[in-house]
Amino acid sequence: MQAEIAQPPNQMSGQTLNQSNSPTKSPTKSQTASPTYNYKVVRQFAIMTIVWGVVGMLVGVIIAAELIWPDMTFGIPWLSFGRLRPLHTNAVIFAFGGCALMGTSYYVVQRTCQARLISDRLAALHFWGWQLVIVLAAITLPLGYTQGKEYAELEWPIDVLITIVWVIYALVFFGTIMRRKTAHIYVANWFYGAFIVTVALLHIVNSAAVPASFWKSYSAYAGVQDAMIQWWYGHNAVGFFLTAGFLGMMYYFVPKQAERPVYSYRLSVVHFWALIFTYMWAGPHHLHYTALPDWAQSLGMLFSLILLAPSWGGMINGMMTLSGAWHKLRDDPILKFLIVSLSFYGMSTFEGPMLAIKTVNGLAHYTDWIIGHVHSGALGWVAFITFGSMYYLIPRLFGLKQMYSVRLISLHFWIATIGVVLYIAALWISGVMQGLMWRAVNADGTLTYSFVEAVKASYPYWTIRLIGGLLFFIGMLIMTYNVIRTVMMGQAYDAPIPATLPSHPDLKIGGLQSPQPAHGD
Amino acid sequence: MTESLWLLIPLSVVLAFVIGACFWWAAGAGQFDDLTGPGERILQDDDGVPDALVNKQRETGPDLINIKLPK
Repeated sequence: MQAEIAQPPNQMSGQTLNQSNSPTKSPTKSQTASPTYNYKVVRQFAIMTIVWGVVGMLVGVIIAAELIWPDMTFGIPWLSFGRLRPLHTNAVIFAFGGCALMGTSYYVVQRTCQARLISDRLAALHFWGWQLVIVLAAITLPLGYTQGKEYAELEWPIDVLITIVWVIYALVFFGTIMRRKTAHIYVANWFYGAFIVTVALLHIVNSAAVPASFWKSYSAYAGVQDAMIQWWYGHNAVGFFLTAGFLGMMYYFVPKQAERPVYSYRLSVVHFWALIFTYMWAGPHHLHYTALPDWAQSLGMLFSLILLAPSWGGMINGMMTLSGAWHKLRDDPILKFLIVSLSFYGMSTFEGPMLAIKTVNGLAHYTDWIIGHVHSGALGWVAFITFGSMYYLIPRLFGLKQMYSVRLISLHFWIATIGVVLYIAALWISGVMQGLMWRAVNADGTLTYSFVEAVKASYPYWTIRLIGGLLFFIGMLIMTYNVIRTVMMGQAYDAPIPATLPSHPDLKIGGLQSPQPAHGD
Repeated sequence: MTESLWLLIPLSVVLAFVIGACFWWAAGAGQFDDLTGPGERILQDDDGVPDALVNKQRETGPDLINIKLPK
């Protein structure tokens, strides 16, 4: 099957370099001579992924330190935990994670559809619009402007801006899929697509608010209604932003880096449909033992448990891609990042359903265990898959075969891994300890410990957590150095769109005809 | 409680139908006809950088920001 496919015409070598540096001083429209992919917007998002990664993780380290030394910022309100914490979460999720998703999705959709983005201008507008959202967040959150909704803190004018930027994103992404030159839509695009559509819906429903002034608004819902909407949003954001989107990344970059097709393409398709059909109702597990009706809590717990199946299906599918080629893991640090990210994905998607069980939740909720769980997903899965994908992507965007230093990737991998393990293990211990101390009662029914005793007992573990986070941050700095050197070494490069299509419908095996010849083209 | 569920449950139902419609379209459009080939095909798309370009950059040393490249 592989034999009949023509080599993509890469012999056209260096002629598609960034126009500005081309000796012929050709005008910026590069599309005339040989059509290229729009790598520019991918480059921009990739670089900003690194920048926001440093910023977001630095703020994380600062607030971890503030838990140990509450007075370390001299009581300056802008730098207090309560204001920096949402800045940290927004920066790492929406700035670091968001730029990573947007950049890689534009790369993957172009490469797998063999089509340039439908509009360079809209793509640029998307990029700059998103950066504006992030900068506004970085200004307003420390100033204390917030809607008070976790992971949806930004005030209504920024919410409106997000909506506009998101619509542009959807137009560019789905428009590019419409003009694809391949009949099949690769599974990664389905995951990215679900992420884009669902996040739009979640954002609009949860951010509905009544403005009181330009920087103040009140949620359209109240009390437990608001809580239900908020965690419907909150958990589905985990599901579609931090899971579906990054699974799209996984299904492209793991096979590419391993140079092997995904273990079972069939399973990846089942994974997609199973995940999106079952995800939507896991949210109520954030509201166990609250004013939410019991049946809704149980429903949330049930759906959370069901989710274990598609999650592990996907995890096994990604891991087994290396089946028969495990030796590659020995000397390829990029692959280490990608595969270890999958093991953290497996771990946190097992831990999640367990924590959603009401009795377990009764012990774990509101303790550090939850923060540990989130970071096992956020650092172990989201950040690791991003690091691996960026190390694959960045050299290709700058006309190079590989990063400036492969050994530094390896160093980053080990430092980050030790950091995550320290972080999670410390918070497991302090979480269970807190849960047990809070529920301990004396024979006469009074509480054994006052709240502050549990706080005091947590300090050693918070210190270990800070060290773990610091190590992870140092890893991020190593990556930044490596990326800077790589960018200096190379040059902006826009790859040509292959003229012969390896995935042209005519090349389908087994005489299966596509009923959709060159869709939308 | 009823209020927010009046929003969320119909939304889920609508969404389930939308997902179902997408699935229906995908099946009809032949998206599931070949469930092995697409996995292989992304590997045949060579997204590596051409050797000629990389070699040229290597010759010129590490600071290549302003390197003149072959046409």
